[in-house]
Amino acid sequence: MNQENPGNVIEIKNLRMYFPITRGLLRRRVGEIKAVDDVSFAIKKNETLGLVGESGCGKTTTGRCILRLYKPTAGEIRFNGTDISGMNENRLRLFRSNMGAIFQDPYGSLNPRQTARTIVGMPLIVHGMNDKRQQNNRVEELFKLVGLDASMMTRVPHEFSGGQRQRLGIARALACQPALIICDEPVSALDVSIQAQIINLLEELQEKLGLTYLFIAHDLSVVQHISNRVAVMYLGRIIEIANSRELYENPLHPYTKALLSAVPVPNPVIERKRTRTVLKGEVPSPAAPPPGCHFNPRCNLATPDCAESSPELRDTGNGHQVACFKVQA
Amino acid sequence: MPPLLSVYNLKTYFHTYRGLVKAVDGVSFDINEKEIVGVVGESGCGKSVSMLSVLQLISSPPGEIVDGKVIFEGQDLLQYQPKGETMSSIRGARIAMIFQEPMTSLNPVLTIGRQLTEGLEVHLSMNPQSARERVVELLRLVGIPDAKGRLDAYPHQFSGGMRQRVMIAMALSCNPRILIADEPTTAVDVTTQAQLLELMQDMVVRFKTSLVIVTHNLGVVARYAERIYVMYSGRIVESGLADDIFLNPLHPYTIGLLKCVPQLGETRKERKLVPIQGLPPNLINMPSSCAFLPRCDRARDICRQKPWPSLELIEGQHYVACFRDGPETP
Ligand SMILES: Nc1ncnc2c1ncn2[C@@H]1O[C@H](COP(=O)(O)OP(=O)(O)OP(=O)(O)O)[C@@H](O)[C@H]1O
Ligand SMILES: Nc1ncnc2c1ncn2[C@@H]1O[C@H](COP(=O)(O)OP(=O)(O)OP(=O)(O)O)[C@@H](O)[C@H]1O
Ligand SMILES: [Mg+2]
Ligand SMILES: [Mg+2]
Repeated sequence: MNQENPGNVIEIKNLRMYFPITRGLLRRRVGEIKAVDDVSFAIKKNETLGLVGESGCGKTTTGRCILRLYKPTAGEIRFNGTDISGMNENRLRLFRSNMGAIFQDPYGSLNPRQTARTIVGMPLIVHGMNDKRQQNNRVEELFKLVGLDASMMTRVPHEFSGGQRQRLGIARALACQPALIICDEPVSALDVSIQAQIINLLEELQEKLGLTYLFIAHDLSVVQHISNRVAVMYLGRIIEIANSRELYENPLHPYTKALLSAVPVPNPVIERKRTRTVLKGEVPSPAAPPPGCHFNPRCNLATPDCAESSPELRDTGNGHQVACFKVQA
Repeated sequence: MPPLLSVYNLKTYFHTYRGLVKAVDGVSFDINEKEIVGVVGESGCGKSVSMLSVLQLISSPPGEIVDGKVIFEGQDLLQYQPKGETMSSIRGARIAMIFQEPMTSLNPVLTIGRQLTEGLEVHLSMNPQSARERVVELLRLVGIPDAKGRLDAYPHQFSGGMRQRVMIAMALSCNPRILIADEPTTAVDVTTQAQLLELMQDMVVRFKTSLVIVTHNLGVVARYAERIYVMYSGRIVESGLADDIFLNPLHPYTIGLLKCVPQLGETRKERKLVPIQGLPPNLINMPSSCAFLPRCDRARDICRQKPWPSLELIEGQHYVACFRDGPETP
């Protein structure tokens, strides 16, 4: 076993996930979408790494690669030091129970005909807990953990509110005592008062159970609130990673700056003082990203050489990494 | 100067098999000339139904506007038939609306050019040639590149952000007095949201139009709105200038909302979120007391004994519907 950094629960290196673009009856391959293109990061135990970026930039795909719902095109995914990127299904089972996932749409990810008890208990059965009483006790324990009343165990998903359904999804993710949880837009579909309940629950559970999170969302305020560090993605690549506070106070990449500036804060006094940089144009198609730095056509700092080669992430100190030729460090 | 639009005691109910849904239950608000107004509140509180009622776009059955007045340019719009000539001439031309999902408002089988010129020909009696010229100018204004060349394109050939730009152009085409934008940016990314909101702000200044932004995003109203209405359970619970609402919120619901949204620049170590306990009511068979009572952390005996209080003026333009102890400094 190649243990590179014992403090890291997850470490991904040069991860690539390319989806083929096919055409015609014979599904001829005419190109590929580089959904994740050379992404590297690590998450320490008990840490939350936030992953932000606009629709289609590859956040969900990154999460699904880590969960090994996809077999990545290239790269390493080390879970507690072991590379699981090419592992077969049989060996993966052992690792799967160590990872949980929570998704955006609690309704879509729960079987509408199953009772809450079956939904939460299913991962236990899959991972070999066969004793009915043991199962029931664990499900009851999980209900309590996520703040659901045990009397609700016999209900089916549509009898729960949106927030309660998300609690159900969290209970299911926690069933096998995972070390890592991939949270993919877990609060995006919820109203703000329910959103706050779920964010607090995730924070409490992390402290209580020593969990490690990859927290994916497009709402920067939420991500920044919950994460220790934040990674910003643009068209399949990470363009900046920094400590949550540092990213807000000292964003380096022009895209990160524009992204932050686009998020309004609920305080008119602060808003009146902020300068707003409005990005020109739209995110290009991931099937045909601009050559060089993918952001160069929309960047106000870009010069012709930005279209020639793509900048690598480099450290500017204190673990603040940025991929931009124009940033002086 | 009297407000451009005054809504008094509007009540819109839905007759459903589960019971009577009082979606809007006694809502009053004003829109002044050239003003940007925000309407906020969580899902289901009646924001859209209020706005649709102004334009009589409530499908009946199951919906029914049971009471109220909608005074626009001196006339009560509710006296006119929803499908009559007067309402049709006001809708789109005098009061325009932009919806969350532009695909539902754009006709998929008509070219962008045709959809935009139609309004101009009908409402402003323009001839096809000058309507076309005006449309090109409008599309250019809202930032559609190569506007002339895109006239013959169909909506599906545009991205979500571009379609929303087309919607803005269409809404502004007849020089409306009021533009109502109902969750105009919920379906788009944050940088596109910023582009569209900046565009709308520029456009209403240029066209001297009033803008109503309906949203659940408190940040958006803090950035753009001069005055804000906070809705809960079919009513307005607090209203005032943006600074009143954000710096001196008085209704426990408004206070609760502000405590539960994370603010960019603050991490969990600096400020823990405080959720509002419980869930919003389902609006069927509501008690006559304050609908926020079951979730309120400041409830007192009077709140249980008396019916929901009406909006009371606190100071300036700041109104609140709550049996509070009265202003701190009397
Ligand atoms: N199974 C798939 N087959 C083909 N292409 C895919 C597949 N999954 C994702 N993609 C493409 O890969 C790119 C990245 O998608 P992904 O879902 O990871 O984005 P995302 O950042 O999660 O976006 P969102 O914020 O909309 O959820 C997109 O262009 C998407 O269309
Ligand atoms: N056609 C209808 N039949 C029955 N009830 C309806 C109908 N339309 C709306 N309602 C109810 O009226 C209430 C107010 O709905 P409205 O659409 O105005 O909410 P909203 O504040 O716009 O919410 P959102 O933020 O989700 O758009 C809701 O409880 C809704 O269920
Ligand atoms: Mg996604
Ligand atoms: Mg609505």
